[in-house]
Amino acid sequence: MCLGVPMQIKSITDGVAVCEIDGVQREASLMMLDEAQVGDFVLIHAGFAIEKIDPEEAELTLKALREALDMGLEPK
Amino acid sequence: MKSQDLTTAYRDPAVARALLRQIETTVRNYRRQMTLMEVCGTHTMAIYQHGIRALLPEQIRLISGPGCPVCVTPVDYVDRAVALARRPGTIITTFGDMVRVPGSSSSLLREQAAGADIRIVYSPLDAIAIAACNPGKEVVFLGVGFETTTPTVAGAVLAAEKQGLTNFSVLGSHKTMPAPMMALTSDPELQVDGYLCPAHVSAIIGADAYRPIVEACRVPCVVTGFEPLDVLRGVLMLARQVVEGRAEVENEYSRVVRPDGNPKARQILETVFEPCDARWRGIGVIPGSGLRIRNSHAAFNAELKLPVEVEEPVEHKGCLCGEILKGKVRPGDCPLFRKICTPEDPVGACMVSSEGTCAAEYKYGNI
Amino acid sequence: MNSALILLGHGSGGKLSHQLLDDIIIPALSGIAPEEQNDAAVLPAIDGELAFTTDTYVVDPIFFPGGNIGDLAINGTVNDLAMAGAVPVAISVGLILEEGLPVADLQQVLASMRQAADTAGVRIVTGDTKVVPRGKGDKIFINTAGIGRIPAGRKISGSAARPDDKVLINGPVGDHGMAVMASREGLELTADIRSDSTALNGLVEDLFTACGDKLHVLRDPTRGGVATTLREIAGQSGVDITLEEQAIPLSEGVRGACAILGLDPLFVANEGKLLALVAPEAAEDALAAMRRHPAGRQATIIGEVTAASNGRVLMRTGIGGLRAIEMLSGEQLPRIC
Repeated sequence: MCLGVPMQIKSITDGVAVCEIDGVQREASLMMLDEAQVGDFVLIHAGFAIEKIDPEEAELTLKALREALDMGLEPK
Repeated sequence: MKSQDLTTAYRDPAVARALLRQIETTVRNYRRQMTLMEVCGTHTMAIYQHGIRALLPEQIRLISGPGCPVCVTPVDYVDRAVALARRPGTIITTFGDMVRVPGSSSSLLREQAAGADIRIVYSPLDAIAIAACNPGKEVVFLGVGFETTTPTVAGAVLAAEKQGLTNFSVLGSHKTMPAPMMALTSDPELQVDGYLCPAHVSAIIGADAYRPIVEACRVPCVVTGFEPLDVLRGVLMLARQVVEGRAEVENEYSRVVRPDGNPKARQILETVFEPCDARWRGIGVIPGSGLRIRNSHAAFNAELKLPVEVEEPVEHKGCLCGEILKGKVRPGDCPLFRKICTPEDPVGACMVSSEGTCAAEYKYGNI
Repeated sequence: MNSALILLGHGSGGKLSHQLLDDIIIPALSGIAPEEQNDAAVLPAIDGELAFTTDTYVVDPIFFPGGNIGDLAINGTVNDLAMAGAVPVAISVGLILEEGLPVADLQQVLASMRQAADTAGVRIVTGDTKVVPRGKGDKIFINTAGIGRIPAGRKISGSAARPDDKVLINGPVGDHGMAVMASREGLELTADIRSDSTALNGLVEDLFTACGDKLHVLRDPTRGGVATTLREIAGQSGVDITLEEQAIPLSEGVRGACAILGLDPLFVANEGKLLALVAPEAAEDALAAMRRHPAGRQATIIGEVTAASNGRVLMRTGIGGLRAIEMLSGEQLPRIC
């Protein structure tokens, strides 16, 4: 129900961030994410950054997926 | 972290195969059918778009739930939007998803053809920018959506208030998420073994919001992201819970969703909106499942500010959207599907929105 | 010409009309001398079959990254002829101008038309200009017609796809549609996406040289995108076509813009792309020929005809699933859910 796109913050002016994905930039309000900083990855929905993407959790998830790969490839 | 780590890394075919093998292994000795509901329309879209349903073992049945905000918006809301569009000096601003939704006798797309000023925006903030540029006109934003979207509408209202804009208002039909899941779980006709919980609604309300469902109904809940590997991993986590007889809230999408969600976003939402009962198209009234604009912000409530005469609502007979939204029947079971009801000429709500169950089945399911 | 703006009088047929034609339009487009100007162009006799096409261009905005409505009109018409296997010969241009259009904009559009025609090796031989009151048009609309010569022995058609044919495309999809959408007011995207608007007749000649009658179908996936065009071919030929999602080329900007707006690039318009359905034994030759041409450097095989069946288009998804692809219904709109 809610398209959200992970984008990286390139710059911040007065609570508005310029965010980028695949070289495409768009402004997004940081009203809901006071503490976001340049370089952070955030989830953009309808022109607002609604949540920060946690790099540690993202790394853990990727690790879990890689482990799935190792386990899935074991001979049955 | 690189941008690819958040997108392409979640579409790796080798990992997908590995997850599918683990899902198969998990359910191999499970003798019953396992019915999992993806509550959210964006999950429905992702499942069709990546062809996931056919990859899963036969025991697992994925059914689509009521989480497409356009689909569950009642017909009289569309009728009111149509009436406002006809009001002289009014600009309707809306997300693209709403313009094709049929009301009782018209739709916004038809009103646009007849001369109404209807503008598709990407953000509610774009709507207040339009209001600032058109001081002589009333700009109405169609506020539809769940907890992901409602804070953005609240944010726009607060921004309009700060700017002193008096020509901006919201026609709201906001819904909230855990309530209908609770209602569905207590429906004796419907046997749901587990919920794939919405990704971005949960970013706001937090994974803990599903605890009451788990505790009261003993149905496992897994908050799941929208990338294909997220969905497969969410299904695997649910299948494991079902097979092991557990009912817990698990969070597959921990890179975005925290246990308590985003309190700042909820605070913005609660400044402008308050809970109310809400009517869901095809389902009926679910107590406490909606959000309406508070009296403190009544000046931004289009329904109060711009009274219009609205026609008597008419819903098509024979349309099974209500049953489809509850996950009881599949689109192919509806006598209208593909025959009378198509994306070009939708009868029911589920065909209108691109993420509606019927539209997704029509678009991607003919295999 | 004195006025900096197009006036209603420029369409009156009187003195102002002549000024516009003699000072601006004819010098820019054709350079035909006044003594040669008659009510109809006279073309030399053409041997063999003719292809004849018409199209109308109403793109908004009229200037966008990578082109404008002028070169778009010429390239589009040239491509329609080329997709019939024809060598473009002559084009007509009908201009509908909105009162108040800056003459400098018109000049820029005309210059692009001339340049596109020269590049494609086709002549603009006749035309017409009308002016409509402000608000009754949108800056400039262009109607074209094109005539082309089909060399003997060429037989291609949307109904000629055969089982096992390979589906080739000459580069990334969706560039034109996204370039136009991103430059529209309201979406506020900053993106380096350029329209792929280009003439494809040279590429088509190279394809015929490389695979002759093994080339079965040519189609340019304009409005409705690759998805809609392949559905048309599958329907006309009574075959199923299966695409490989991972093989479909996509530029970075289009990928990003589509993600933000919730659009599917397979349904986004192209103006410099062609889909070629080629017998499997000729596919490698076709691919090599395309890659040698500037308009086909990123050519690739994106799928194949899988069965003589009901006219379906299927997609093998990146994770190995299968889904159907339907035609575009209505306009693609930015969505948030």
